[in-house]
Amino acid sequence: MINEVLHTLPQVLIDGLTLGAVYAIVALGYTMVYGILELINFAHGEIFMTGAFVGTAILLTFAGFGWLASMPAIVALILVLVVTSVVTGLLGMGIERVAYRPLRNAPKLITLITAIGVSFLLQDIVRFIAELKNGNYILTGPSLFSGQIGIKASSISSIFNDASVKSSFFIVLIVAVIMMVTLDFFVNRTKWGMAMRAVAQDRETAALMSVNVNKVIALTFFIGSALGGATGVLFAIQYGTIDPYIGFILGLKAFTAAVLGGIGNIRGAMFGGILLGVLEMFAAANLPVVSHGILGAEYKDVFAFAILIIVLIFKPEGLFGKVSVEKV
Amino acid sequence: MKNWLHTIQQNKRLQALIVGLYIVVTFFSLYLAQKSVVAFLLLLSSLLLLYFTTFSNRVKWLIGGLVMVVLLPLAASQGEAYQSYMEVATLVGIYIAMALGLNIVVGMAGLLDLGFVAFFALGAYTYGIFATGQANNFMPFGHYPLSGESFWVFIFIGCFVAALFGILLGVPVLRVKGDYLAIVTLGFGEIIRIIFNNLDKPVNITNGAMGLASVQPPRLFGIDFMYPSQFYYIVLVILIAVIFAVRRLEFSKIGRAWKAVRENEIAAQAMGIHLVKTKLMAFAVGASFSGMMGVVFAAKQTFVDPTSFTLLESITILVMVILGGMGSVPGVILGAALVTILNLQVLTELTNWLNQLSLNGVISVPDALSPAKMQRFIFGIILILFALYRPQGLLPAKNPVFNEKELKDTDKLVNAGVQKEATQHVHLDS
Repeated sequence: MINEVLHTLPQVLIDGLTLGAVYAIVALGYTMVYGILELINFAHGEIFMTGAFVGTAILLTFAGFGWLASMPAIVALILVLVVTSVVTGLLGMGIERVAYRPLRNAPKLITLITAIGVSFLLQDIVRFIAELKNGNYILTGPSLFSGQIGIKASSISSIFNDASVKSSFFIVLIVAVIMMVTLDFFVNRTKWGMAMRAVAQDRETAALMSVNVNKVIALTFFIGSALGGATGVLFAIQYGTIDPYIGFILGLKAFTAAVLGGIGNIRGAMFGGILLGVLEMFAAANLPVVSHGILGAEYKDVFAFAILIIVLIFKPEGLFGKVSVEKV
Repeated sequence: MKNWLHTIQQNKRLQALIVGLYIVVTFFSLYLAQKSVVAFLLLLSSLLLLYFTTFSNRVKWLIGGLVMVVLLPLAASQGEAYQSYMEVATLVGIYIAMALGLNIVVGMAGLLDLGFVAFFALGAYTYGIFATGQANNFMPFGHYPLSGESFWVFIFIGCFVAALFGILLGVPVLRVKGDYLAIVTLGFGEIIRIIFNNLDKPVNITNGAMGLASVQPPRLFGIDFMYPSQFYYIVLVILIAVIFAVRRLEFSKIGRAWKAVRENEIAAQAMGIHLVKTKLMAFAVGASFSGMMGVVFAAKQTFVDPTSFTLLESITILVMVILGGMGSVPGVILGAALVTILNLQVLTELTNWLNQLSLNGVISVPDALSPAKMQRFIFGIILILFALYRPQGLLPAKNPVFNEKELKDTDKLVNAGVQKEATQHVHLDS
């Protein structure tokens, strides 16, 4: 049994890293918003999904004009990433302005309910537009990086099987790392980043120190949503087929990743995302083997939620979070 | 306009006249025009009119009961659409009971539960498994399917199973703060659905995605309950019991504890309220209503499969509570009725109408825009608009107001207990 698990390990690690990178960046959006507003932005998963659709739509348009063949794939990718992140970033800011800002002092329950409403609304608007333009809301984008590269893991040790990698894997990983490093630099080293951390710590005091709180919150939403949208594009390129309902479950898992790493903690979210991606792929590959076929691969979602519940019960502050004491 | 309403409010005889006239007119319009959905809805809304009158509670219940038990089925029974009307009325009843259950969890105790449909699924599967041959696969004794007479017992079993799972879910989850709770319950709802979808191996318990077909109909005194017009009465009886229970709970000690926890957990704890016990109670009671209706739902549909219990259903029930008004029992009843009728009648009628128009070439509406597909859009809009502009809902919750002077009156100190109860009743009525 151990042998079987080890055989598939290289492939599991590669798939897990890809998925984990996606989770990690989406988790960043959750963790930033939670850090600053103490609000679970349910709509963030839908912003990710919108990003995937916007990106695919742009690529399809390019392909329709025949531009895609005439420019290098990497240029097309960068172009699409930039446009999509600006669009989703503005979308995130708009959502904050319309749906969350008027409720900033309302009970938390009300804000959560608006967030769910926004999430449903976005799902249906995207479905509607996709179905109107395309006849079907399930979209398949053009494949930009479809080459397969074999990794001879068996040459390292005979226990492992060979793994195969889509070349988009490297793109996803590289872009994800660039985004995370840039964000980390931005938050920790720049003036705006300092303002964000200040608002997260104490909104009123930050305002007294002449930080424009509304602007900082809008900026947070812009950055988080832009990252989420860009990740959507990466997801669409890596996995090919998208539909308007991918965002909800993926968002939920990304939130799990954020909780795992300690909510409000940016580095923790990155680590939690990667960890959750690898764990989930590991479970999907090995649950049927370990349980002799009793538990199918369908239980991988249950596995992710079980992790969430266990973390919340035993270590609600996450792996890297700080324990907070609630006062009246 | 305001003056006019005021005069009507003062004059009970005028109110009786208006309500009576309304009921008679709508009754006969449905009786004569069987195909008119509008007449059916108007007759149903006579109950709302009744709610706004100033009659005493007993009179309201009597008239309401008369409309529900006699007039509505009688008026609808004259044409072919009888069963479809009763189907709608039955489903409205089922959703009202579920929304009242969620109202206890969300509205009174302030715990956002996004996986509420899981308890409904538990109830439905509890009856579904034992009322089909499915239980033969894993039960070592007994003959299955159980006969339809067991349905009446299963209503209580479903209630109990759902309450049990409510507690099981609650015990670990309630240590978590409010907003995490939403996520965990959401996860729980999905887990239950995935498990029901995959529990056909190693032992075939739920028959997986295929679902359970031909569930035994309930039977009483040798009569099988097969048609919606018969289920209507089952649902009505359960619903009245549920409304009664909710009303009593709301103003009991535990109900006041729920509201205290909702307003401020720490302050409530300081007042001597046991947090975990109170929250668990809310989960269990809310879930039990849902489980009961799950049993009825399984018997009515005679078919159970996991697709009936998606996240959309949970959100639908949440929309009912938000629309009607969190914590307000009449509001939630109104909200549940509105949303269910919107879902079942208005959207389908609109879709048919638009299809008709496109067929005739008047206007062409793209298939993507057909109202039957717009549920998520509509629910999203309702949630956002109500949260932003009217968080208290259509019929806001009212807290009983005590007459301070009467309470302070030392002359009546001897009867203080009786007095207090009496005032409370008076204000519940209003």
